Amino acid sequence: MKKLTLLLSLLLISTSVMAAEHVVLQKGKAFVENDSVVESLTLAVGDSIRFVNEDPFFHNIFSLSDLSTFDLGSFPQGDSRTVTFDEAGSMEIECAIHPEMYMEVTIQ
Amino acid sequence: MVSMKNLFCIAIMAMLGVSSSAVADKSDYLMPEMAPAPKDNQTTTERVQLGKALFFDPRLSSSNWISCATCHNPALGWSDGLATAIGHGMHELARATPTILNTGFNKFQFWDGRARTLEEQAVGPIQDAGEMNQNMGELIGELSAIDGYKLLFEAAYPGEGISEETIGKALAAFQRTVVTTESTFDLWVKGDEGAISTAAKRGFELFEGKGRCVICHSGFNFNDNGFHNLGLKEEVPDMGRYNVRKVAVLRGAFKTPTLRDVTLTAPYMHNGMYATLEEVIEHYDRGGDVEEHLSPNMESLNLTKQEKIDLLAFMRSLDSIKPLETIIPHLPQ
Repeated sequence: MKKLTLLLSLLLISTSVMAAEHVVLQKGKAFVENDSVVESLTLAVGDSIRFVNEDPFFHNIFSLSDLSTFDLGSFPQGDSRTVTFDEAGSMEIECAIHPEMYMEVTIQ
Repeated sequence: MVSMKNLFCIAIMAMLGVSSSAVADKSDYLMPEMAPAPKDNQTTTERVQLGKALFFDPRLSSSNWISCATCHNPALGWSDGLATAIGHGMHELARATPTILNTGFNKFQFWDGRARTLEEQAVGPIQDAGEMNQNMGELIGELSAIDGYKLLFEAAYPGEGISEETIGKALAAFQRTVVTTESTFDLWVKGDEGAISTAAKRGFELFEGKGRCVICHSGFNFNDNGFHNLGLKEEVPDMGRYNVRKVAVLRGAFKTPTLRDVTLTAPYMHNGMYATLEEVIEHYDRGGDVEEHLSPNMESLNLTKQEKIDLLAFMRSLDSIKPLETIIPHLPQ
């Protein structure tokens, strides 16, 4: 029993360690990752994206995808919101206020 | 090392009340020469000629009385001068007619952005029951019976025939040519310091700073292709963009219009509720009138009387020195 608990604990720890957090900036009315405009991202199930607003005005990130929906609400410069992707599939993500800001996320 | 010449310029600017930041590089505000066109509908003389004929032709409506130009009247800033448009059967519509000036640069069409392309937009009002109330099949039949149109369509879109697609493409091609022309603001951006008044220069600083206008009215076309609820008083609230995207922030949100040639396109706002730009400035100074669903980017500005005058002077500097003129075509028979 003790061994089983240890095994489960290790499994949980390894899962949480493997899940990655991607940081996507809202900068110049675009989604930016690693100084490049990002239009598509491939993630693993369990990964998350932290959306960080670097523009001097509000953004409002949302998705109305068939796979899943979310609305992070409006948030100002300096604030961030995080979304975790728990299901495999694809999602479209936009800024409601500036819909030219659009990216596709594939979760594998 | 600051040269004597630069020091002299800075001293003159300081005397005029204009900071050096106001004369920094502003090339992002300069218009491209042409509106971009999709690969399958590159702008050609033949396509523009066909689109222009269709645009001015009232036979596009079921009544044979309303053309695109009825509402998008070139003599009225390619709008209609009305608070809200009048469509088929003298039916009053809920929204103002947006100018089509520079709409070829817009990434979203209609006040609520429901069309992504001009090709898609162009065939919408023709078939809308409240606007031109036309049956597309019947229209194609009517146009196909006019020899002049058969020639124009063949010249513009060889082998593609007369269809909803080619009608939309031709109208889009023409609309891409409806653009504002060089303004005194543009001359100033290009380095002609005397092109605009000191008040307009101060207004530009306010536009980018205290007035917060640039948050939405950004870039060469002075719009952000974005959607905002400005807190307008309406008896029956129009949900605007929310009807296209069910996201809370979009309740009552509408597309940012261009500010180029803005003095030609009164009245203002999606419901045409303000007759003058002075009223518009007062609205923004108050930070809007309705807090429910108000854009988070809106806030009261506390502008002084002089600052309001300066903002207006700046907006007037965006007018085309020689506004686009068009020759109304003889319609194909």
